[in-house]
Amino acid sequence: MTDLLNPATDVDDGPVPETSRADWTSDQEVRWCPGCGDYSILTALQLLMPELGVRREKTVFISGIGCAARFPYYMNTYGVHTIHGRAPAVATGLAMARPDLDVWVIGGDGDMLSIGGNHLIHALRRNINLNVLLFNNQIYGLTKGQFSPTSQKGKVTKSSPVGLVARPFNPISVALGAEATFVARTHDMDRHHMQDTFRRAHEHEGAAFVEVLQNCNVFNDGVFASITKKDVREDMLIDLQHGKPILFGSEKQYGVARRPEGVVIVDVAEVGIEYVLVHDETIRNPSTAFSLSRLAKTPATPTPIGVFRAIDRGEFASSVSAQIREVQAQVGQGDLGDLLRSQPTWEV
Amino acid sequence: MTDIAEAPSAPALDEVIIRFAGDSGDGMQLTGDRFTNASAMFGNDLATLPEYPAEIRAPAGTMAGVSAFQVHISDHDITTPGDAADVLVAMNPAALKSDLHTLVPGGTLIVNRDTFEERNLAKAGYDHNPLDDEDLAGYSLIQVPMTSLTKEACAEFGVKPRDADRSKNFFALGLLSWMYSRPIEPTMDWIESKFAGKDLIIAANRAAFNAGHAYGETAELGSQRVIVKAAPLAPGTYTNINGNTALSWGLVAASQLSGLPLYLGSYPITPATDILHELSKHKAFGVTTFQAEDEIAAIGAAIGASYGGSLGVTTTSGPGVALKGEAMGLAISLELPLIVVDIQRGGPSTGLPTKTEAADLLMAMYGRHGESPMPIVAARTPSDCFDMAIEAARIALVHQTPVMFLSDGYLANGSEPWRLPEVDGLPTIEVRYATEFNMVDEDGNGTFWPFLRGEDGNRPIALPGTPELMHRLGGIEKEDGSGNVSYDPDNHEHMVHLRNDRIAAIPVPEAELEEGSEGDADLLVVGWGSTWGAIAGAARRVRVAGGRVDHVHLTHLNPLPANLGDLLRSYQRVLVPELNLGQLVRILRAEYLVDAQPLSKVKGQPFTAGEIQFAITEALDGPAGHKEGVTA
Repeated sequence: MTDLLNPATDVDDGPVPETSRADWTSDQEVRWCPGCGDYSILTALQLLMPELGVRREKTVFISGIGCAARFPYYMNTYGVHTIHGRAPAVATGLAMARPDLDVWVIGGDGDMLSIGGNHLIHALRRNINLNVLLFNNQIYGLTKGQFSPTSQKGKVTKSSPVGLVARPFNPISVALGAEATFVARTHDMDRHHMQDTFRRAHEHEGAAFVEVLQNCNVFNDGVFASITKKDVREDMLIDLQHGKPILFGSEKQYGVARRPEGVVIVDVAEVGIEYVLVHDETIRNPSTAFSLSRLAKTPATPTPIGVFRAIDRGEFASSVSAQIREVQAQVGQGDLGDLLRSQPTWEV
Repeated sequence: MTDIAEAPSAPALDEVIIRFAGDSGDGMQLTGDRFTNASAMFGNDLATLPEYPAEIRAPAGTMAGVSAFQVHISDHDITTPGDAADVLVAMNPAALKSDLHTLVPGGTLIVNRDTFEERNLAKAGYDHNPLDDEDLAGYSLIQVPMTSLTKEACAEFGVKPRDADRSKNFFALGLLSWMYSRPIEPTMDWIESKFAGKDLIIAANRAAFNAGHAYGETAELGSQRVIVKAAPLAPGTYTNINGNTALSWGLVAASQLSGLPLYLGSYPITPATDILHELSKHKAFGVTTFQAEDEIAAIGAAIGASYGGSLGVTTTSGPGVALKGEAMGLAISLELPLIVVDIQRGGPSTGLPTKTEAADLLMAMYGRHGESPMPIVAARTPSDCFDMAIEAARIALVHQTPVMFLSDGYLANGSEPWRLPEVDGLPTIEVRYATEFNMVDEDGNGTFWPFLRGEDGNRPIALPGTPELMHRLGGIEKEDGSGNVSYDPDNHEHMVHLRNDRIAAIPVPEAELEEGSEGDADLLVVGWGSTWGAIAGAARRVRVAGGRVDHVHLTHLNPLPANLGDLLRSYQRVLVPELNLGQLVRILRAEYLVDAQPLSKVKGQPFTAGEIQFAITEALDGPAGHKEGVTA
């Protein structure tokens, strides 16, 4: 019998051919609303893919349901638009069955943190090799304007006409709570930052989680404007850089310091640069990263972006297939005739 | 076959039904299982019915904690675990109280006398000791102080009395093994290997078994000793198999026959979990098992693996099938192969998790959103689960569709001797994937249309990794051919019909009358799933008594056999026994406009042959349906 874990497609096809954005663009008409933040994310990724040195046929985009989930249709790769919330589950099966593939999961805040929250946290917990991009616009767009699990408390929406009662999820906190090995945030107004972050996610061995702050200009327009607009970014976005003090502001006059109660924003001139926290993505204990994720209480206060955490830990799918190969190395390929005779038998 | 040299003079019985009943902690399932295996090795035909509570350890000594194992052994071909027990072994008062009704009048009742003391009697709700009065006069009562004799026997090995108490089930097994002239070696060998490295436990269990065996010899039970000779089974190599093991092996076989790696996505649920356990052991066959975070993730991952070129399977019971419904719709829309295994149990909701029922047929048939037909196959016996798993895989892979496999708790846990098939004789399953363009675009360049069907009606499946054939699939309605998203009304109607017609056109074997049927009897009994054994047994009894009854069994529930309508219409009376309120009968009446009548049982237990025999006799004696006078 054949080695079932070695699909015929898993062969060396020689060097990866040079590609351009056009090669990664499908023939489908993009159907997001004009002005939607999803366009800039799509552009960023289509421009990035040729630089990653990967094959289109080995790349798969899996999505659930929602505006963001239409993403796979627009990529000239393999892709499946599945059902609401289940993209991480479908992608998990694919990544386990086919470790040779580069699997991306695309979804929105409702898709991945509400109906599919369970699948997301378990995919992150297992550390399976997926690149998970969560487009967070803090609203349900495709069903036309209900609050989402990331909408701010008090938010007035069609399903919360006098204000939302519940507190929101913080996607970065959720991912860190699940002890994801790669956790990052970027936003739809900065192509280069998105590309740098997506590249890091792609290079990460294991589950990589990226929250993309994304504007829904129809149902939640400007929700991140007070931190992502070009003229406010320097003061409102805290760009995390591994090994560097966490500083922000036009003159780098503000910093982040560790206090017993968590991280806080400080005036560097007041406390001195030596008190400013030096960012370290590689700390295995997620506490500091979690504290950083809690720094901004609303999308109107200084908000960290970049890579919160990037650690090495055994990847799930390769560990599962390693167990199989180990057993096969010990006892050889299974023989069906032997299996049928593995319990006591008798002859008639 | 193992010879019994020691009991040449024991009188022979053609069959016997033995029921072991005790507390959940008494090891009755193990005792029954060992007795069954010794009987299988001896060459009897047999059928078993394990019955245990949903609680792992209900309060000791209570009615709720009673666990029982019924085994029917014979010197001829049998199809059920028996209507009523000839012998009941009751390890405590609660077991006596809960299971006495299963014993035939005049049957042999063996009790562990030591447990019939105040505390245990009270827990069972007795206000007196039933062993002391006339209550049990109608039975052949054998009182054995099993606990104290076991402790005595174990004492010389230095086993503490409390530990020795755990071996009393082996005393019962030893006694019953003596009474029915069972071979000793299989049990001794099993004790040695099962408890390897735990010498004290081996010693205790062996001592208890030997003490029970010796008790039969020395306690003047000689008149009780009988032998049930080997059954004339067809030549071959046999093993004793339960349904879930057979199903697991069938899936492994299907993987080998198709050349696709087996991927199981599953979430623990009784009574399906043993399939996850079994397949987790078979990594040597390249089997990947994934215990998912929930039922939906389990099927989602199986769909993902199937999309990647594996044989994707998800296993569950009714509540899990309900949760997987939306994902099944996705697999239908994507036209991807998938096997969904439903080991049915009593419902609705948590229902009777450890008891059998077959009330998921209409859910399998219609329990999804939209028009979403799925082929359905059902196993008839424990060993048949092997063949039907291969059949489910064949339909799924050849016709590129999710397939529902229906089994139930009775088949899953029940066992029977199985003549092993010749591995080389199993038919291969041919799977084809697309590797080339199948269309030319407006610019004259080659392109790939994922829904441009071939002559067989199948869409081409291009696995991810196949150069140049990149394409997108989705649950949104797609244009037939290009596969592009389409909201066009005519296209949707076309696709709904297409998905329906392609499943309806799957070839399935013709319905054939079972052995013993004449073709023109007064009544046709139609069965599906695990009712086969009880119906076959009932039909035999009716024929012996001079009644004329035919029997047909449906292995494929969707699509139904092409000849079924004509077959049904050729009978004046049609009876459909089911472990539900009449689900197949509803389908048959709707599909074929025949006056088929239901026979329903929903007690969490399989039909006995006697119950169906009674219903057949009633139907034969009663007036025919409104098609009186219609003849074949």
